[in-house]
Amino acid sequence: MWIDPFHPSVPNAAIILGELRLPRALLAVIVGAGLGGAGAAMQGYLRNPLADPGLFGIAPGAALGAVLSLWTGYAASPYLLPLFALIGAGGAMALLSLIAGRTGGVALFTLAGMMIASLAGALMSLAISLAPTPFALSEIVTWLMGALTDRGWREVWIAAPLTLAGLALLALAGRGLDALTLGEAAARSLGLEPRRLQALLIGGVGLTVGAGVAVAGIIGFVGLIVPHLVRPLTDRRPSSLLLPSALAGALLLLIADCLCRVLPTASELRLGIALSLLGAPFFLALLLRMRREVV
Amino acid sequence: MLTATDLVLQGRLASVSADFNPGEVTAICGPNGAGKSSLLACLAGLLKPDSGTVALDGAALSSLSGVTRAQAIGFLPQSPEVAWDVTVETLVGLGRLPWRDRDTAAIASALTAMELGALRHRPISQLSGGERARALMARVLAGQPRWLLADEPLANLDLAHQLALLAQLGAAAKGGAGVVLVLHDLAQAMNHADRVLVLDSGRVVADGPPEQALTAATISAVWGVPARWLGEPGARALVAG
Repeated sequence: MWIDPFHPSVPNAAIILGELRLPRALLAVIVGAGLGGAGAAMQGYLRNPLADPGLFGIAPGAALGAVLSLWTGYAASPYLLPLFALIGAGGAMALLSLIAGRTGGVALFTLAGMMIASLAGALMSLAISLAPTPFALSEIVTWLMGALTDRGWREVWIAAPLTLAGLALLALAGRGLDALTLGEAAARSLGLEPRRLQALLIGGVGLTVGAGVAVAGIIGFVGLIVPHLVRPLTDRRPSSLLLPSALAGALLLLIADCLCRVLPTASELRLGIALSLLGAPFFLALLLRMRREVV
Repeated sequence: MLTATDLVLQGRLASVSADFNPGEVTAICGPNGAGKSSLLACLAGLLKPDSGTVALDGAALSSLSGVTRAQAIGFLPQSPEVAWDVTVETLVGLGRLPWRDRDTAAIASALTAMELGALRHRPISQLSGGERARALMARVLAGQPRWLLADEPLANLDLAHQLALLAQLGAAAKGGAGVVLVLHDLAQAMNHADRVLVLDSGRVVADGPPEQALTAATISAVWGVPARWLGEPGARALVAG
C-alpha cells in the first residue's frame, strides 16, 4: 500500500510510483480541479446553488461518445476512447450554442442543456440495451461508473491542457458571473454581454468537463458539493469562488481516490460510486438546510 | 441629454418621444400597464424598441458598447434580486463592474449616501426590506453614472427613507446627473420631481413641470379617479374623490 522508493526490498518501486501512482494522483488533481471550477461557474451562471456541471448536457454528451467507442470496439485503441468522448462533448457544446446561443438567455440555455442531457442519456441506454457482446456491455457499465484506475501519463497529457484552457475561459467569465448576481436585467445594465458570457461558459465547462469525462468517466457530485464547501470561506461572489473551488475539487478527488485505492474492498471501489455515496447524503443535508432558511 | 425618438414596442409603447435633461429629476407616472417600465428599460438600453431610437448625447445607445453604456447609465430594476448572500459592501462593490475596479472611495461614498456605513459587513439575508432596497440603490450609486434610472425605487422604503432617497437623488441631479424615476406615488412625484411625464396606454399624455403635468383633470382622465391637490407647491397631498 505505501511504497518507500528507496527501500531496496521493493522491486520496481520507482516504476510503480512514477508510472502508476503519480499520473493517477495528477489526474485526480486535474479532473477534480476541472469539475470544481466548472461547478462553481455553473452555479454562478444559473444563480442556483443546486446547479451541477452535468446540467448542460456536456458530461452526458462526452459519456455518450465514450460509450459509442466501447460499443463499436474502437476503444481498443487507447487514444480513441478519449477522442470519442471529446467529440461527444464538442457535439453537446455545438448543439447548446446552436439552440440557445442566439438570445443569450439563461432559461432557454438551461432547458437546451437538460434536453441534450436527457437525449444523451437515452442514447446511452439504447447502446447498453443493444450491446453487441456481454463483454462490451460490462465494459460500458464499468466505464460509466467513473474511475482513475489503470490511467497513465497519456491521460494526463490529454486532460491537463484541455482542463487548463477550460479553467482559463471560466476565469474570463468571472466578471460576468458577478454581474449576474443581480439578475439578468441589472447585469446587462452593468455592461454584461450575455452571448459572450454564454460562449465563455460553454467553452469553459465543455473543455473541463469534457476532458474529465474523457479520462475518468462520469464522476458526479464534485461539481455540486465543492462550491458549497468553499463558498462560506469566500465573499460569495462567483468570481472569487472559481479558484478555491478548483483547488478544493482537486483535493477532494485526490483524497477520495486514495481512499478508493486503500479501502480493503474485494475489488477496488469505483471512484464515481464512492463520490455518489458521499454526495447523496450531503445533497440531502443541503436541501434540508435550504428549506430551514426559507421557512 | 438622453433622447427617445418615436419609440414603438408592440403592445407596450406607441410612439413615445421625450428628451431627458441632465440636472433634472424626471418622474414617469402612469397607471399599471401604461408602459413606464418598458420606457425606462429602453432608455437604459436593455430593451430594443421595435422602431425608434434612444440617443445618449447624440449617439445611438445601440451603437455604444455595453461597458461604455454601463459607465454612463446606472439602472435599478423594479424587483432587484441578489442571488448570493454577499455582504452589503460586496453588493455595493458590484456597482464598480463597468469600471473594472473596486474604487473604495466610490463604494464608501455610496454606502454613506444610503446610510449603510454601520451595515457594510452584514449579509444581505439579514437586512430588512428597506435596508436591502437602500443597499441596491447604493450599488447603482457606486458606479457614479451620469444617468440614474430607477424603476420604483421608493417601493419597500418607509417614509423617512423615501424622503432621504429622494433628497439623495435630488442632490445627484443638482450635481449634474440626470435622474429618471418610475414613480407610483403621485404626491412624491408632485413634490420632488422637476418634471413629470405621464404615460397612458403607451403614449405620453402630459409632460412638464409637476404642477402642469399632474393636474386634477389629467389624473381623472388617466387614472379614472377624481382627485384634487391640497397644500402648498412642494408640499402637496392628493385626495381622491
